[in-house]
Amino acid sequence: MAFFLETLLGGLMSGMLYSLVALGFVLIFKASGVFNFAQGAMVLFAALSMARFSEWIPQWLGIDNLFMANVLAFAVSILVMFAVAWLVERLVLRHLVNQEGATLLMATLGIAYVLDGVGQTVFGSGIYKIDVGMPKEPVMMLESVFEGGILINKEDFVAAFISALLVVALSIFFQKTSTGRALRAVADDHQAAQSIGIPLNRIWVIVWCVAGITALVAGVIWGSKLGAQFSLSTVALRALPVVILGGLTSVPGAIIGGLIIGVGEKLSEVYLGPYVGGGIEIWFAYMLALVFLLFRPQGLFGEKIIDRV
Amino acid sequence: MFYRENGQFKTSYKSDQQIFPIPQDRWAIFAIIAFAFFAIPFMVDEYLFRAILIPFLILSLAALGVNILVGYCGQITLGAGAFMAVGAYAAYNFLIRVSGMPALGAILLGGFTAAAVGIVFGIPSLRVRGLYLAVATLAAQFFWDWAFLRVKWFTNDASSGSVSVADIDVFGWIVNTPTDKYLFCLGTLVVFSFMAKNLVRGNMGRQWMAIRDMDVAATVIGIRPLYAKLSAFAVSSFYLGVAGALWGMINLGSWEPAAFSIDRSFQLLFMVIIGGLGAIAGSFFGAAFIVILPIFLNQILPVIGGLFGLEVSIALVSHVEIMIFGALIVFFLIVEPHGIARLWSTGREKLRLWPFPH
Repeated sequence: MAFFLETLLGGLMSGMLYSLVALGFVLIFKASGVFNFAQGAMVLFAALSMARFSEWIPQWLGIDNLFMANVLAFAVSILVMFAVAWLVERLVLRHLVNQEGATLLMATLGIAYVLDGVGQTVFGSGIYKIDVGMPKEPVMMLESVFEGGILINKEDFVAAFISALLVVALSIFFQKTSTGRALRAVADDHQAAQSIGIPLNRIWVIVWCVAGITALVAGVIWGSKLGAQFSLSTVALRALPVVILGGLTSVPGAIIGGLIIGVGEKLSEVYLGPYVGGGIEIWFAYMLALVFLLFRPQGLFGEKIIDRV
Repeated sequence: MFYRENGQFKTSYKSDQQIFPIPQDRWAIFAIIAFAFFAIPFMVDEYLFRAILIPFLILSLAALGVNILVGYCGQITLGAGAFMAVGAYAAYNFLIRVSGMPALGAILLGGFTAAAVGIVFGIPSLRVRGLYLAVATLAAQFFWDWAFLRVKWFTNDASSGSVSVADIDVFGWIVNTPTDKYLFCLGTLVVFSFMAKNLVRGNMGRQWMAIRDMDVAATVIGIRPLYAKLSAFAVSSFYLGVAGALWGMINLGSWEPAAFSIDRSFQLLFMVIIGGLGAIAGSFFGAAFIVILPIFLNQILPVIGGLFGLEVSIALVSHVEIMIFGALIVFFLIVEPHGIARLWSTGREKLRLWPFPH
């Protein structure tokens, strides 16, 4: 029982991390109908920028303080992600308005290649450390309930907490601010939003900026777990089943979907994996999402698809 | 002046409905095929065969398969590489496990196995649509990646995980030199292209296109989506399976699952989108573009670097290469979202009026 709970908790926490990446997908899809395959590349780019600037800035400015260096690096990385967002809108999306979904998807794949290339040219292609002082040591919980207690990684706990915070902040931003209201209007209906004077281009820049910030947070958390390296860009592929399971247009869907996928992956790997040779995590997530899709083709919380002839 | 159909009167249904109704097109196609069969083998060297022509032919075949599914039936797939892998490993297993199996038979059986697998993984398309389907097809990709890596039976318990086949034998013709391989792939491609061209203008192809344009309307006029969608998945996977078998057994000789990874799927989708969705010729243009571009960049970048007096390292070249590759793809999508095939047909329209456009 304790082992089961431990796996369950581990799954929930890695699920939170998936939903962090999935959030970026959902935000951009909601606002512009673009299925952003470059989200993984953005996570990698942000993580690399964070890792390298926190190394470079102390050298340039002669700061000794780790905390200050991290704060500065984080700020610079946010600026970098804003620049990326602006360039993407300016150079790519603006010219591809009204194209089909598949064309836009391919365009974001192109963006992903460019980001991978630029990131590795500018920041280097090694494995870099991100040290933001995340606690590494595991803790025991509920020792009074179970014999031996439950072993939990403190780092995962902090990461899950940060993701939850980010989600709350995003929902406040979407529900309470006027920019958030404009974003929701655009998500609802492009033309209607434009007709009441909401500038679409600016909204797209903003939404890519927000997606850039979620990518940065995801990049920092994943990066401090695994190191900022090229394999981070495959995180996007792990987050895709989360997005379609939760529904492409739903922020809560990304969270719930992430938790379901996280738990499903861990449980399947632990209880099913040994029988079929292990390593089934990645395709099991997709199969799980597929099963859900067979019953709800628009995902758990997606908008109902209505066919009109 | 020369490319004009004025005065060519069709006097029978047969001549009106033939595969290339304009004689100039017909002769041009025959000339290209004849040139490819009889002139190219004497003109190019081994490197060109290995690096460009053979990959181009096989990937064109695969792109045809993807184009049937994505371009004609409108079902976006990101799992094309998986069906190539199924074809390759099925052909390998037929070849080594069934004694006396001819290589050609193994390749075709690989295609049929891929078709069966394609039908199974096409079932979600009856319920799920658009981008949701695209992500769902990734399930096929990751499942088969995993299966060929972990299930030892598929690789005949090869300890290294890679499998290899000897030179194949087609009715006594041992295909081992680059020229032989080129001719074999070319022959297969020509046969399959004519088959595809005929399929898409027949009953089946029209059903696919109706489903692509609007599936509810197609259902209303009496097209069964089950039959139309699954047949598109089957035919597409058959093409991909044959292409995969050729890629493994002829181009590579020995291969690992990584040869058919998700990057391959993306690459194939790039080909059909850059080449032109819903155009047979587009598959060839796209394949040529995607095969040649990286080689070209790889050759040209150090030269450009040299001009500016920069020492360009291999790692830098590979990074700049994917950067430019991505940028060019975006550029192409912006200037011609309907692909090179559209440019081609615009050019042809212009040519019909040339030199008196008014």
